[in-house]
Amino acid sequence: MSRAMEAGRTLAMGENEAAAGGRQSVDTPFGKALARLGQERGNIVGLTADLGKYTDIHPFRDAHPDRFFNVGMAEQNLVAVAAGLARTKKQVFATTYGVFASRRAFDFVAIALAHSNLDVKIIAGLPGLTTGYGGTHQAIEDLALMRMIPGLTIIDPMDATEIDAATVAMSDHQGPVYMRLLRGAVPVVLEPGYKFEIGKARQLRDGKDVGIISTGMMSERAIDAAALLEKRGISVAVLHVPTIKPFDAETVAAFAASVGQVVTAENHVIVGGLASLVVETLFDAGIVRKVTRIGLPDRYIECGAVPTLQQKYGLTVEAVVEKIVAIG
Amino acid sequence: MTRNSPPAEADVAALKARATQLRRHMLTMARGQGAGYIGQGLGIADALTALYFHELRYDPENLGWADRDRFLLSTGHYSIALWAALAEAGIIPVDELVTYGADNSRLEMSTLDTTPGVEVIGGSLGHGLGQGVGQALGLRLDRSEARVFVELSDGELQEGSTWEAAMSASHFRLDGLVALVDCNGIQADGPVVLDMEPVADKWRSFGWETFEIDGNDMDAVVATLAKARQRNGKPKAIVLRTLPGKGVRRIEQSEKSHFFRVDVAHWDTIIDEFEHSVGAGR
Repeated sequence: MSRAMEAGRTLAMGENEAAAGGRQSVDTPFGKALARLGQERGNIVGLTADLGKYTDIHPFRDAHPDRFFNVGMAEQNLVAVAAGLARTKKQVFATTYGVFASRRAFDFVAIALAHSNLDVKIIAGLPGLTTGYGGTHQAIEDLALMRMIPGLTIIDPMDATEIDAATVAMSDHQGPVYMRLLRGAVPVVLEPGYKFEIGKARQLRDGKDVGIISTGMMSERAIDAAALLEKRGISVAVLHVPTIKPFDAETVAAFAASVGQVVTAENHVIVGGLASLVVETLFDAGIVRKVTRIGLPDRYIECGAVPTLQQKYGLTVEAVVEKIVAIG
Repeated sequence: MTRNSPPAEADVAALKARATQLRRHMLTMARGQGAGYIGQGLGIADALTALYFHELRYDPENLGWADRDRFLLSTGHYSIALWAALAEAGIIPVDELVTYGADNSRLEMSTLDTTPGVEVIGGSLGHGLGQGVGQALGLRLDRSEARVFVELSDGELQEGSTWEAAMSASHFRLDGLVALVDCNGIQADGPVVLDMEPVADKWRSFGWETFEIDGNDMDAVVATLAKARQRNGKPKAIVLRTLPGKGVRRIEQSEKSHFFRVDVAHWDTIIDEFEHSVGAGR
């Protein structure tokens, strides 16, 4: 079991927090993908706000030092500078923690970037409960905040394979993107041939009793929970929705219609994020299903070891299993 | 209209006449809407004239020219002055100025970048300088000689993001970046509500080569812009001390209001007096 699973210890900055355990992992998948893309695409510029090595952009920095700038601890300026660079036809990858990109720099993302549809990718570390540093560092409401920004693409990838694929896809896409980052040693869950497409959900498992609609690291938990539940006679399908915006409403509605009841699972508060999107989608489509929401409560989370917090707030495989057994 | 490029010698008399023309346009716009940010616009008219008709390299026929100098109006509500300058520069039709602030007009009360000639969305104060830093960095990566001019205001200096940008500009040694700090002494709630003095010393302490001049003195503006061309590793700040309403006596003498509104009859009197004072009655 990884260091992250040692109970009772708050991890130091930079240690891996996402792994649910038992799988191969890839180190720094985002930074590796970006460094590779930087070889082919000379207009890519990297930016960070004093969190280069904590947001996995250091492989790009080391490979392309002439195209990397650290603006210091100033996230509003990070986004403003990114916007200015984009206006000179650069494609900018700007990294910081999700809390700072969303809460602190919100007006800059909305007005300086998205309003002008500029080609800037915001890479947001420490999504949800992937840090034990408490409310200051846990981006538990970033999806809700950012999805209100018109034209902003929002991605919450589930593993190293998807981070690599999403980095390429967002570079191919012209326009602003917000991606939640799993950093460090990130587990590999998806097969190498997995195709990521912005705006497309992927069904990872078939089933009929319960359909889990999940995003980000919760999709790994969802497929593990589904395997365990099958042994207990509950047939569980899993739909992974890596793109929060634009939302694949058509696939989500069809998926919900194909199962007895729906469970949403997200590494985020249960208001305003994936759960809200699913409920809105089903309502619009006229599909009536019971929806059970797995995610964080509408409150600030305390400091503590990540495994302890994930266990306490129901983001573990076991917690997903228990919840579905209880509603089954 | 041909490509604008700084000539060796400035024709200051011609620039002064052009500034009067900008002021005339602004009065027409404000009369049409009955109101506007005319005080600020008249105050910055001389600096915008010096930029658009002397200092900036740009091509009105090719606004996307990669090596153009950029002018970023961070205070979007100064749009009335920018529209006047862009009309005089042949970028937007002079006839369109009367639509200022009207529904469906491209000439908004606060700038959006969808209007030709507008380089950034201004108006959310504190956004302009950081975007200027990014553009200057991008132009340097392209090995372009083009420079970036950012107008911002004294009230805007209260936005912390302005200083984040100021720190980064000197750190990155962006000597092709010029900040024009319009110190007109007013902000939304009246006379500057939070003392920002000494403004020039603040910029100097942030590593900027700083000049402080009467922003309504065309000779001084032109001469200082020439000094700011130097590529010496430092960004340049020009602190412009300007008079809100400059050149239009009744607006100069009015309560220093952020947003100026009078009835149409009053506008006619104001315009008549202006034309009389410039000796060019219609």
